[in-house]
Amino acid sequence: MTEVEAAVADAHRHGWALVLAATARVAADLDLAEECVQEAYAAALVSWRRDGIPDNPPAWLTTTARRRAMDAVRRERTFRAKLPLLVEPEKTADEPVEEQAEDAEDAVRDERLRLIFMCCHPALAQEAQVALTLRLVCGVPTGDIARAFLVSEPTMAARLTRAKKKISAARIPYRVPQAAALPDRLRAVLGVIHLLFTTGYTGPSGGELMRADLMDQALHLARMLRELMPDEREVWGLLALLLVTDARRATRVDDRGRLLRLEEQDRSRWDRAAMAEAHDLIVDGLRGGRPGRYVLQAAIASLYAEAPSYEETDWAQIVTLYDELLTVWPSPVVALNRTVPLSHAAGPERALAEVEELEKDDRLAGYRYLPAIKADLLRRLGRVEEASAAYRQALELTGNEAEREFLAGRLADLPAPR
Amino acid sequence: MAQYAILLYAKAPADADDLTPEQREAHDRHGQDVEKLGGTMLTAFALQPSTTATSIRGDAITDGPFIDAKEVVAGVYVIEAPDLDAALEIARRNPITQQGGGVEVRPVAGGFFGG
Repeated sequence: MTEVEAAVADAHRHGWALVLAATARVAADLDLAEECVQEAYAAALVSWRRDGIPDNPPAWLTTTARRRAMDAVRRERTFRAKLPLLVEPEKTADEPVEEQAEDAEDAVRDERLRLIFMCCHPALAQEAQVALTLRLVCGVPTGDIARAFLVSEPTMAARLTRAKKKISAARIPYRVPQAAALPDRLRAVLGVIHLLFTTGYTGPSGGELMRADLMDQALHLARMLRELMPDEREVWGLLALLLVTDARRATRVDDRGRLLRLEEQDRSRWDRAAMAEAHDLIVDGLRGGRPGRYVLQAAIASLYAEAPSYEETDWAQIVTLYDELLTVWPSPVVALNRTVPLSHAAGPERALAEVEELEKDDRLAGYRYLPAIKADLLRRLGRVEEASAAYRQALELTGNEAEREFLAGRLADLPAPR
Repeated sequence: MAQYAILLYAKAPADADDLTPEQREAHDRHGQDVEKLGGTMLTAFALQPSTTATSIRGDAITDGPFIDAKEVVAGVYVIEAPDLDAALEIARRNPITQQGGGVEVRPVAGGFFGG
C-alpha cells in the first residue's frame, strides 16, 4: 500500500461518519450524500498523489463531498425525486467547512451524533438499524455487510433501500433526540453496537468463530460514542464490556480454531492494556447512583478476567453483580448466565435447580446455551447419562462449527455410564 | 409539516359502547394533546364495532373485518406534525395505548377531504 492509499484508508476508517454526516446536511438526501462521499474518497486517491496529503484529510474530504453535493442539488433541484432527508433548517450549510464558526468542533460532533441516532431510530427494525449504522456511520460496503450477516447482497441492498425510504417518507428526523427521549434512544444505539460485537464474537453459523471486522467496527463505534457523549455512564459501560471481552480475543480458540473454555485459556496472553482501560471505565461507571445494564455486565466480565486463575475467581461477588443486573435488566438469559457463577459459589446442585426452573420459561426455548450449561452441571454432578442427553440437545441447537466441535468433544469425554 | 394517519386498534369488536365514561373522557381530551405537542388535528373518526363491518375481496362479499384478527381498527385520525418524532409523541398519548389496544402511525401519501 502506498502512503497515499494508506492515508485514504485511514481517513475512511476514522473520517467516514463525519464526512457523510456533514454531506448529508447539504445533500438532504442519503443516497446522494453517499454517492458524493464515495466520489470524494476516489478523488482523494488521485489528488493527494498529485498535490500531497492534506493536513486535515477529513476536512478535505468533507469540502470535496459537500461541493459535489451542492452542485448536484443545484443541477437536479427541479427533477429530483421528492424524498428529502429531514434536516433541521437552523444552519445554512452552504459555506465550506473551513469557514464555519469557532464552534465547528461542536457542530462536527453533533453531525455524527445526528447520523448515529437517525440510523438507530426505534421506528426502524433492529436489523435495519444495524445495517444502516454499518453502511452510513462506518462506511462498510453493502456486500461486506451482507456477508457479515449471511444474506445475499441484493437482500442487504433492499434492506438498506427500504430503511432509507422509510426515513424519508415517514420523516425520521436527522437530529439528536431531546433530553427526555435520550435514555430510550441511547439504549437503542448501545443495543446496535452491542449486537454488532456479539454477532462478530460468535457468528450464529459458519466456520469461523469470530468475525473480527464486526468486532472492530463495534469497538470503533463505542469509542466514537464515548468521545461524542463523554458523560453517559452506560456508554462507558458498553465500551468497557467490549474491551474486556475483546481482550481475550486471541485466546478464545486454539491454533486449530477450536473453542477454549475460560479455564483453559492462557491468561498471560490477554490484552492487559485493554483490561486496564476497561477497569477504569467500570470504576467510574459504578460511581454515582444505580449503575445500568452495561456497566454491570462490564463489571462482571472484568471480575472474570482479572482473577489470577479460573479457580480464584470471586464467584460470590459475581453472583451479587448478577443479582443487581437482574433488577435493572430482568432477562431470562441473564438469569441463566447467573447459574454459572452460582454453581461455583453455592454448588452445582443449587445451580441445576435454577436451570431446571428456567427451562419452564418459553423465552429460553431453543436457546442453545441452556442445554449446554445444564449438561456441564450434570457432568460435574456425575449424572453422566443425563449430561450426555443435554450435550446432544445443545449440539442440535448450534450451527456454529467451533461451538459444535467443542460440545462434541465434551460429549466424547464423558466417562462411560456405570 | 407532514401528515400522519393514526390508526387505532382495539380488541375485537372494538365497540365504543364498551368504554367507561372515564375512558371516553380520556379520548375526548386527546385532541388537546395534539395541539399541545405542536400538531394539528385534521380529521378524526371513531368507527362502529367490527361486527358491523362488511368486506369485499375480489368479487366475494363477507361479513366482518378484512383481516380476521384478535384486534381490529377502532378508529382513525389524521394529524399534521413536523416529523415522525412529534407524531409518535402524540400517538403514544392516545388513551387506547393504555386501554389494552394500540396505534399504528402511517405517513400520508396524499388525500382529499370531502365536505
